[in-house]
Formats: sequence, C-alpha cells, structure tokens
Amino acid sequence: MSESTITADVTIDSRGATCPGPLMDLIGKVKKVDTGTVIELQTSDRGSTTDVPEWIEKAGHELLDSVEHDDYWSLYVETR
Amino acid sequence: MTERIVVVGGGTGGTVLANRLADDLRPELERGEVEVRMVTDNPDHVYKPTFLYVPFGKKQVHEATRPVSDLLDRRVTIQIDEVVGVDTDGKSLSLADGGAVGYDHLVLATGANLVPEEVPGLKEGGHHFYGPEGAERLRDALADFTEGHLVLSVIGVPHMCPAAPVEFVLMADAWFRERGLRDQVDITYTYPIQRAHGIQTIADWASEEFEKRDIGLETFFNAETVDPDEQVLETMEGTELDYDLLVAIPPHGGSDLVTEAGLGEDGWVDVDRNTLEATAAEDVYAIGDVADVPTSKAGSVAHYEAGTVADRIASRVRGQVPTATYDGKTVCFIESGMDEATFVEFAYGDTPVVREPSKPLHWAKLGYNESYWLTARGLL
Repeated sequence: MSESTITADVTIDSRGATCPGPLMDLIGKVKKVDTGTVIELQTSDRGSTTDVPEWIEKAGHELLDSVEHDDYWSLYVETR
Repeated sequence: MTERIVVVGGGTGGTVLANRLADDLRPELERGEVEVRMVTDNPDHVYKPTFLYVPFGKKQVHEATRPVSDLLDRRVTIQIDEVVGVDTDGKSLSLADGGAVGYDHLVLATGANLVPEEVPGLKEGGHHFYGPEGAERLRDALADFTEGHLVLSVIGVPHMCPAAPVEFVLMADAWFRERGLRDQVDITYTYPIQRAHGIQTIADWASEEFEKRDIGLETFFNAETVDPDEQVLETMEGTELDYDLLVAIPPHGGSDLVTEAGLGEDGWVDVDRNTLEATAAEDVYAIGDVADVPTSKAGSVAHYEAGTVADRIASRVRGQVPTATYDGKTVCFIESGMDEATFVEFAYGDTPVVREPSKPLHWAKLGYNESYWLTARGLL
C-alpha cells in the first residue's frame, strides 16, 4: 500500500465495477469537467489499470500517478 | 390499516412486478389488507425491442404498445400521473397534478431516458431507433439511402439493450445485400472503449463478424460533437469521421427524481445488487434500467429483478424474512442478420458464451417478441 501526494479535484469511486465500467465512468466525467482538472479514479478491477491508461494516452490526457491500495487502485488523471 | 405498495413506472419491470405481487398477495389483496398501486405517466406500455425492426420495415411502431390497463391484473390500482418528487423520510410521492401518494413499500421502475442534447449537433445530425418517432424517421432515411457511408456510433454508455447496436449493423449489412446495394454502402461501427463491446466475448464475436462482412470498426471513439452541415463526427480522442447517414446510440440518463431524492448519482438508484434495495432509504427498491447494477440495461434484467422484488416485498407483507435474491441473470437474443440470431445468458461475474447463430434462434427471438405480452402479464 502506498499514498500519493496528489490532491484530486474530483474523485470517482468505481470500486466494485468491472471493465468497462471504470473507464466509462472516467470518460463521462472528463466530458463534464474543465481542462486542467485532476481526477482520481478508484477501481478494484485489475484490467482497468491497463485499459484506462491506454485511453488516457489515446485521448491526450495525462496519467499523473497510479497508486495501489489494499483492495483497489487510484489512478490520477489530469485533463488536457 | 391497508399496507401500501407503490410501483412507479409502467414498463417491463413495473408491469411484471405489479402482476407478480397481485398473484403472490392475492389473499391479502382480496381481504383489503394490501394495496398494489402503479403510478405511471404513460397509459401505454411500450415494448422497446420492437423498434429495432422498424427501420428495416419488418415491424410497425404500433406493434410496440398496448394499454397498461390491458396488461395489469384487475387487483392492481392504476394511477395515470407523473411522479415529481420522492420523500423517503415522509414515505410519500408528490404528483404533477398536485396530489400526493403515501407508501409503505416503494419500487422505482422509471427506466432510462435519451438525452441526445448532451452532444452538440446530435439531435439535428443523428438518427436513432430507441423510440417510435426516431425509428420511423430512420426507416424513411434508410429507404432513401442507396449509397454512401452509414455510421453507427455508440455514444451513450450505459445504454438500453446493449446488443442492439451490434445487431443493427449486422442487420443493415444483410438488408443492403438483399437489396443489391451493399457495394455502394460503406458501414462503420464505433465504440467508446478499446473493443467492439463492453463484454469481451461479444466484442470478440462481433469483431470477427464485422471483418467477414466488411464492416469498419473504430474503437476508443467517443463522439463529442456532431456537425450536421458538414456531416462529421468529432471525438474526445481528436479524430474525425465523415458520414452520410448517422445512426447513434444517444447518451442515456436516469431520473431527476432519483438524484433529487438523494437515492443515487446521475439519476440511477444506488442499490444492493442482490436485494435491489436502495442503499440510501428504507423500504425503497429499484428495478430495470433505473437501478444501478453491474449488468446490462435489458428487458430480461428488469423481468428477473421484478420477480425478486415481488418475492421480497410479499415476504415482508406476510411478516416473513425475505430470502429471494437477484444473481444478475441476463438473457439477450442477438440478431446476426435478417434471418439468423444467437443469444447470450449470464449472471454477475460470468463471461457469456456467444453461440453459433442459426435460423431457429432468429425464429425464437421473433416468437419471444410475440409472447412478450405474456411476460408483461407475469405469466412467462
């Protein structure tokens, strides 16, 4: 378990949802927030830890950090 | 004192539930100990899968509707009115006509709504087959479409009937081939994530079919705007796609009622996925599209959820401990052309197997569409 020093503007709790739920939750949120917003996506789905970064790169946003907790991951994304 | 069960919504979930309750609680209803009341703003029940066939001239929109009153057990009280507020502390619903309805057990079955206005230009530039007007408009557009680029873009996820976009392009492919026009019509299917469908096995099957039939596939494609004049889709990923005829799966939204009542975000009710009880209020349940559970927004889900909630409420009314649970059972027929179909069946955590498409499965799907009215009556 580790912690991040990043403070998110918005947190999405997608724990318990399987792929593609977490990615769709993130895409939905990115549509609604301003550029420069830092989003923490919480997911307990291991597959999402690779699928989500793939989309972030494709869509031109930035993955700031990926933090593993006891039973979920926090992915920090800054919208561009 | 009469125990009041109120069901909001007259779609598949609400209708099956009300009929199951009328059956399960027949002695209590006849003794006047219980009332089952459905409040719906639409006097007609709408069977939405019919609309998939309308664009291809295979069904008419009137075949999708029947009066709710024809489908409900006579012991169910019907109230045609719009619910505009839910007070879960006072256990009361406020109605558009100014009245109020109290409840002891409340089931929300308000469905999902189309919100195309979330994507600028979509309403003007895109077609859909998720309602009667849209399906008829698309039928007329397809009838005139003899050449060009047909794009099916899945924009809203989650959306009703998750197989329908795949079905639509496979049916369109077969339909244009039958009419000798396929060489002049390019077909492209777009999906928001990195594969053709949210469920991996359906994505794998669909991708193979698309390749065999020369249907283009664009993934990681999240349409952000539609330019109806230039006929271009622009995406969040920075890509553009020209179209001549755009068929979109519009963004879907839940109910404002839900958000305002504090029952869930974005209009979907936050529920226990097995008991379907709302996490934020006592004696409130949600079934069908409005319930936020990790499976498809499909009629079969609403149907099976309704059975579970009917059992749980009936147990509570009788003073018994409710034991019925919903395991995520989902069944979807999938048309793979104009005369063959397959189907998938799965529960929470399962990976469905996509069977080889066949003519008998297509006939089974058409047969089920007819016998659906028995499902709505709680008989099948």
